[in-house]
Amino acid sequence: MKPQAARTDFDVAVIGGGLVGSALSFGLARAGRRVVLLDEGDAAVRASRANFALVWVQSKGLGLPAYAGWTICSSNAWGEFAALLKSETGLDVGFERPGGFHLALSEAELERRALQLKRLHNQPGIVKYETEIVDRKRLEASLLGLGREVVGGSFCPLDGHCNSLRLHRALHTALFNRGVCYLASHRVEDIAYHAGEFALRTAQRELRAGKIVIAAGNASMQLAPLVGLVAPMRPNRGQIIVTERVQPFLRHPIVTLRQTDEGTIMIGDSQLDGIDPDELTMPVVSVMAARAIRMFPVLARLNVVRTWSGIRVMTQDGFPIYDQSETCPGAFLVCCHSGVTLAANHAFFLASMISRGRLDADSVGAFSARRFDVR
Amino acid sequence: MFARLAAVEDTSVSLSIDGKHIEARPGDSVAAVLLAAGLRHCRTTSVSGAWRAPYCMMGVCFDCLVNIDGVGNRQSCLVPVREGMRIELQHGKRAPVA
Repeated sequence: MKPQAARTDFDVAVIGGGLVGSALSFGLARAGRRVVLLDEGDAAVRASRANFALVWVQSKGLGLPAYAGWTICSSNAWGEFAALLKSETGLDVGFERPGGFHLALSEAELERRALQLKRLHNQPGIVKYETEIVDRKRLEASLLGLGREVVGGSFCPLDGHCNSLRLHRALHTALFNRGVCYLASHRVEDIAYHAGEFALRTAQRELRAGKIVIAAGNASMQLAPLVGLVAPMRPNRGQIIVTERVQPFLRHPIVTLRQTDEGTIMIGDSQLDGIDPDELTMPVVSVMAARAIRMFPVLARLNVVRTWSGIRVMTQDGFPIYDQSETCPGAFLVCCHSGVTLAANHAFFLASMISRGRLDADSVGAFSARRFDVR
Repeated sequence: MFARLAAVEDTSVSLSIDGKHIEARPGDSVAAVLLAAGLRHCRTTSVSGAWRAPYCMMGVCFDCLVNIDGVGNRQSCLVPVREGMRIELQHGKRAPVA
């Protein structure tokens, strides 16, 4: 006779080993949970390996004011998050928060930017955060080598950046140190819920857990319905130009341009339809390069060493989806574009809620996918 | 470590390495001159500061980077010598301004 009670292997199974899934697993492990992290293989399309590494606040929240507050909360927690990773792994993820700029290359662009910020800040219920329109003189005090066409821009002291590849590595190192069971090449094919327990089917084996977190990026769209949730996604493609390493000259990240801790300049922020990661659109790359050179003419003298494309994890309205299943209690969905910016929130706050078994409606209720329902 | 073959022609090209005068042969690559001059390395890496020397000699490995006439990160194995050329060993990252 078989034993009646099925053995539950893990308290929580997290599906997706990118920045979102690893940050959540880290938080769950810190809360004392037995965690298994199920990941795809090396060839997976991974936003965690193709992103711009900004920890960014300005502009966030137009259309969903709660997103501004949630983002600022993460920006403020990031310093402690980076320090914790350093102490657990010895790895410095290169977090800096010197404040970031948007640059305008004409008066018309500056006017559009001012209007955008006004609309953002005029929303009812929005938290106060300082983003100010600044003139050329103010820019010159902070940025060296500005092109003559730069007329002004906007500045937010809460903006920063990090080394996101090292962040991914630090999280996985911390998970390893804490005894989290990481299973690569375990793409989850099916999820079944029975009597308070989840069975996850992969090509290799079946795993059982008391709770699950779907953090599978754009693939969450297929997985969420298996546990009575929805994840309406609309992924898009971004392109990046990377220059050779040079001595530090850019002290602040610009939304489309930043110098990494290791010296390369990254130029990016294009948004294109299509989700083929092998695609690269040269006209877009040249427009990006031309704008970057108008902002900082010195860039024209640098060698480009790489250009690449990445697929953004993007929900249909661009805001995070945090949800819990009504029909399969214990199933959670965490899906968002800003896996770097929100990593601190995910590790500290969202993981605690999942560990306790309930998303806190006051802090993250606005991010339920119920917002997509027709009312 | 590297010995030159007998000269086929009698001309020479004057250049400098870190301010020191060097005679090279027409057709030499800068990397060949560095090696013939007995240098054991030409740069330090931009992240860890480890020493590097010319390696592949055919433009692939990017280990032979030096500063030539004020421009950093030049692949010395792909640059033929020119009269009066100023070569400097590169320490870490190049400067953004040429």
